[in-house]
Amino acid sequence: MPEGILCNKIPCKTKEMLNALLSDKSGKQYYNEMNHLQINTEALAATIKKTLKSRMKTWLEICAHCGMCADSCFLYLANNKDPKQVPSYKIQSTLGEIVRRKGDVDNAFMQMCMDTAWSKCTCCNRCGSFCPFGIDMGVMFGYLRGLCFSQGFVPWELKIGSGMHRIFHAQMDVTTEDWVETCEWMAEEYEEDWPGLKIPVDVQNADIMYTVNAREPKHYPEDLAEAAILFHIAGENWTVPSEGWEETSLAMFAGDWEACKIQVNTVYDAMRRLKPKRMVVTECGHAYRATVIEGPYWAGLKDGKTPVPSFHYVEWVAEALRTGKLKIDPSKKIKEPVTYQDSCNYIRNAGLADCAREIMSYIAEDFREMTPCREHNFCCGGGGGFNGLGRYREQRNIGLKIKRDQILATEAKLVIAPCHNCWDAIRDLEEIFKVGIRWSFLKPLLLKMVVVPEHLKPPEE
Amino acid sequence: MYQFVTGPLAWVAFTVFFVGIIVRIVLYIRGLDWQLDRVAYRPHLKYGIKGALRSIFFWLVPFGTQSWRYYKGMTILVFVFHIGLIFTPIFLKGHNIILEERWGFSFPTISERTADLMTIAVIISGFILLLRRIAFPEVRILTTAYDVLIWAIAMAPFITGFVAYHQMGGNYQFWLILHILSGEIMLMAIPFTKLSHFILFFMSRMQLGMDFGIKRGGMKNKGFAW
Repeated sequence: MPEGILCNKIPCKTKEMLNALLSDKSGKQYYNEMNHLQINTEALAATIKKTLKSRMKTWLEICAHCGMCADSCFLYLANNKDPKQVPSYKIQSTLGEIVRRKGDVDNAFMQMCMDTAWSKCTCCNRCGSFCPFGIDMGVMFGYLRGLCFSQGFVPWELKIGSGMHRIFHAQMDVTTEDWVETCEWMAEEYEEDWPGLKIPVDVQNADIMYTVNAREPKHYPEDLAEAAILFHIAGENWTVPSEGWEETSLAMFAGDWEACKIQVNTVYDAMRRLKPKRMVVTECGHAYRATVIEGPYWAGLKDGKTPVPSFHYVEWVAEALRTGKLKIDPSKKIKEPVTYQDSCNYIRNAGLADCAREIMSYIAEDFREMTPCREHNFCCGGGGGFNGLGRYREQRNIGLKIKRDQILATEAKLVIAPCHNCWDAIRDLEEIFKVGIRWSFLKPLLLKMVVVPEHLKPPEE
Repeated sequence: MYQFVTGPLAWVAFTVFFVGIIVRIVLYIRGLDWQLDRVAYRPHLKYGIKGALRSIFFWLVPFGTQSWRYYKGMTILVFVFHIGLIFTPIFLKGHNIILEERWGFSFPTISERTADLMTIAVIISGFILLLRRIAFPEVRILTTAYDVLIWAIAMAPFITGFVAYHQMGGNYQFWLILHILSGEIMLMAIPFTKLSHFILFFMSRMQLGMDFGIKRGGMKNKGFAW
């Protein structure tokens, strides 16, 4: 059975393999090898038999082909209503066909499935809320990604990404030492302005265990400092774990369920080790989805709950504002029109729409909702890994039009996007379409308007 | 022939229908898997039931969900079609007379005029639904011959019933038997075809409702705004 050196059915488990993949510029060799990859049809059939149960079987069977999912999909709308972008068509012609053929499919078909699963669906699950039968095609695309991954048909970046999780327990090559050093560095860097500022590592029984997205220590360490300052101002008893600090999961985007489990278990182990009262995760949507919503099931936790109660950053901010731990200086509230990007992963798929609105009521004078909004908002255009895949750059850029038009319709120039994927997508849409908007996480905005208690201010010179 | 289709064959049709849908319910529920579906059904059953009931209820109300409100025309078609399809045969005078004769019980009935109007509504909305399949590219791409067959199975009892009742086809006995046969075919097709959405609609909506009620936010908010 021909297997490539880089493109094969074996997940990336070693640093050597990872380096080989990384040095293959834009995955040129990788995608070349993919053309010769053979399908293990028996394994595919066996996996379907074992894992495709009544829920998905029924979804595939009873779909009335009514087309009511069409307009729910931003990719359908962005591609001039191309019928081939109708969610039902996309899933029936891929997963539906694999199931009908009992796994007996060829290389070209699997590549088509891969292209569909990663460039025609971001797993935002909006179609699931449009279908009268409750057929959630986003869930099925997640499943299809798993099938594709098991056969080696996964975009190059995500083979690397899930490999990172297996090797570094983070989506990037950030080691425990790198992470702890970054925490120390940031605390020192800002200590002058914030006397007593600490980023406590591995403190047991804290009220909050804070976890992040590896991009923050790697590329935006100020984000970590901002989180620390806000916890400091709020008087929180908090800590970060030295291991198990990474909440994101490119493995989830890749459909590498084994790596998903490895990754979330590092966080759950940290919870068990440090015994915090609760866990709070940074402003990242898929991190929360992976570790808090889906993770317990990968890890086999039967109540579907993380070992300690877990919260998204917007929940913590809403609570801090509500209880007065953080007070906003009324004169510093955002005066210009401002809108909020609902991240699919923690709004539609985790029900936190009200937290976001509560925060906006404290910090903004002229909050403009997008249309549609809340649970029914569109994907930013870059979710589910779409932002990071070179092979599908063009398709991603086309999809951004919908979010662009939604933002423009609000007439707001500032978009609050407390999700790394949304933040990236909105940054990219400004870069491409130059519509003159700005975008921000919550932390830097809050720091500009929060009232600093006297005793926390640096001594006068 | 009339004796046969209203006697033994009717027994067979109703048996296949009732046993069939019970089997589908049992198989569906037995095939649910907390870990594969990623929904902790049992530990949070209360939240699950709440989510399931909300998910079914809002979708049974015309314009009760954002999707129904978005597709206004389709919503009217779907509700008119299904209400007529389900209630006309149950409350039709003629059917209840036979029920009483054969099995000794009957339901309340609607006037013949109402039944006639509902039948016309089913036929008209049914044809518009079929035209929609041809006219709209996003529906055409999905439509298969199987969909048209299912449509025909569902429409046949109404068309034949209408023709027979109004004695339009000349040979009344012929159309009556055709009507009864087509009704029995529909009943028997329900457990085995896409018409199983007769019951699987409720199962599927229940499952997704539990998903949202337990996992995707239902334990932290008032419930998904369908």
